[in-house]
Amino acid sequence: MGDIAIKFENISKQYRLGAIGTGTLSHDLNRWWIMNIQGKADPYLKIGQANDRENKSTSDYVWALKNINFEVKKGEVLGIIGKNGAGKSTLLKILSRVTTPSAGRIVAQGRIASLLEVGTGFHPEMTGRENIYMNGSIMGMTKAEITRKLDEIVDFAGVEKYLDTPVKRYSSGMTVRLGFAIAAYLEPEILVVDEVLAVGDAEFQKKAIGKMQDVSHQDGRTVLFVSHNMQAITNLCSRVVLLNKGTVVQDSNPLEVVRNYLMYETLKEGAIYWDQESALGDSTLKLIAIKILDQDNNIRSHFFSKFKIRIQLDFLINQLESDLVIGFDITNENGMIILRTYHNDNSPDSWPELKVGLNSIICELPGDFFNVGTYYISPKISLHFKKWIINSDPLLSFEVELNHGLSPFWNRITKSTRPGSLAMILPWHTNNLD
Amino acid sequence: MAKLIQDWDLVIEPKGSLFRLNLKEVWKYKDLLEMYIKRDIVTFYKQTILGPLWFFIQPVFTTIVFMFVFGGLAGISTDGIPQPLFYLSGICLWNYFSDSLLKTSDTFYTNQAVFGKVYFPRLIVPLSVTISGLLKMMIQFLLFAGVYIYFVSKGTLVAINSYALLFPVLIFILAGLALGFGIIISSMTTKYRDLKFLVAFAVQLWMYFTPVIYPLSVMEGNYKKYMWFIQANPLTAVLETFKYGFLGKGSFSWFALCYSVVFTIMLLLIGTWIFNRVERSFMDVV
Repeated sequence: MGDIAIKFENISKQYRLGAIGTGTLSHDLNRWWIMNIQGKADPYLKIGQANDRENKSTSDYVWALKNINFEVKKGEVLGIIGKNGAGKSTLLKILSRVTTPSAGRIVAQGRIASLLEVGTGFHPEMTGRENIYMNGSIMGMTKAEITRKLDEIVDFAGVEKYLDTPVKRYSSGMTVRLGFAIAAYLEPEILVVDEVLAVGDAEFQKKAIGKMQDVSHQDGRTVLFVSHNMQAITNLCSRVVLLNKGTVVQDSNPLEVVRNYLMYETLKEGAIYWDQESALGDSTLKLIAIKILDQDNNIRSHFFSKFKIRIQLDFLINQLESDLVIGFDITNENGMIILRTYHNDNSPDSWPELKVGLNSIICELPGDFFNVGTYYISPKISLHFKKWIINSDPLLSFEVELNHGLSPFWNRITKSTRPGSLAMILPWHTNNLD
Repeated sequence: MAKLIQDWDLVIEPKGSLFRLNLKEVWKYKDLLEMYIKRDIVTFYKQTILGPLWFFIQPVFTTIVFMFVFGGLAGISTDGIPQPLFYLSGICLWNYFSDSLLKTSDTFYTNQAVFGKVYFPRLIVPLSVTISGLLKMMIQFLLFAGVYIYFVSKGTLVAINSYALLFPVLIFILAGLALGFGIIISSMTTKYRDLKFLVAFAVQLWMYFTPVIYPLSVMEGNYKKYMWFIQANPLTAVLETFKYGFLGKGSFSWFALCYSVVFTIMLLLIGTWIFNRVERSFMDVV
């Protein structure tokens, strides 16, 4: 067992749906009677009911995780992917001992630090320095250890000027940087990262990813990484586990799992609709539909490359925020993000107008643009640099067949494929300067 | 195989062993305890004008009001002890108990954001509340000491006696009772919130069943039939012993004090046990 860092053995977790708590006093009493006095299993656990978001569950109890079995080797960077509700966060919560499994057990070697959400335990009234000590000790560091690491942490987070300023005066980016720095320098044997890279500027994200790589490659420590960013997953991880409805569906090398995930877990119809209950989003905004349309506004999922593709997002706004940014990522079949686009990328006078209530905005992707392949749309909606409203995995896909009509060297008849994610036709001309 | 299992640093299972108090872990996190105590104190008066003065304002005004209402209007005797000293000592002790109890009894609810994200022994939080409250009470005792010296210099006071050495025991009982009741209540309020309202109300009433505004002797004189009820209250011995030791008046009995100590220890054991059962899964029910 020498080289195993964590071992998940038949981990299952069951939740009760609906009412608050574990239910009524009578359920509790009944359960207590049967389990403790009669010595039988929990009568309200229904075996075999998977956590399926598409079908309405018949039982009040649902399995968030069911018989999870896998091992993580020391020094491995393991990615965990899956749709929302697949059980990723529950798994990490059990691992970081925030909650207990309903059955099974986890054994691990070494200290586990989790970055479920950075900045946990930050007290707004306390200074940066005080919060470093506070946060560090919450993660199990001793005072002496923190003092030794203080300079490095401050340096990494880039907050030396504000060290004695209360954290409430920090920007959200600074808070995240500080939080990540503390966890990264804690030097746990096992680091659990859940979507921390969500906020923060690009430069910091690079630093954070670099740090994660250092942690695993140089120091030989284990990282568990949960993300919706398929590109980060394929870049960082040496192995990926795919969860679906609380079970492990695939456990293999990153590229294979990511491809499989994109291929089987996204819709191919070209449109998704949500009802009020299941809609993605929060109290500010709820996404109710995504459609992939052709030039004549017909829903499609198969295109010739010369045609324009329109992506339509329908959403309800409850509260009009000035820093709302609405957009999506386009990912290719290897999980690499080709581009991210937002409705307000252009000059302010050309932004689509948003209003409280139902909005429907369209982004037009040009023709002669994509190469042959399958492309995936993941909606990304946020309050700029503050908070994600929707930070989704790829939800639906469209296929592109290469058909660039005009050149005899490159068209449908010659059928020649090109390397590259994009197949734009670019202007070429003679340089007439002399 | 058995040997292999022991090699794991961490084993996460649905249920821990029945009688694990987890105190070793609390010790491992003692630096965190220190940080929490520091936080409680530092953030208490941040962005206030009067700052630490607030520690004094509340007992001073409460004492004045008590002097008017209970000493003046109701005419309840203070056993010959100068009224300010009598009320001030009662208020300092009682306030510490009730503040700590009320604050610890919300532990899970108010800390769910932190508890939901990272693991550390949850007992750290109520412990820190009880300890930081202790510092506040000590500061308030400076006020008591001041008034005390004033009365000694005027020669109106029977001086301090050797029973004052029991002070640490009294503090232990107070802190232990506040913590014990607090963690039991906080364990129960995660599921059934009703308790929260009950507690605030019950603590208010509890003061009247404790010799805070009256000496035990007065109670004995008027309601002999209900004395057992007041005596069953583990706080009674604390207040009476304090007054006996520092002010020379009051009803002291070793039996009552021992009863309070035993009660406190039992309560702490049971409380820690319940708390540890709940902390493992409270995130699912809170």
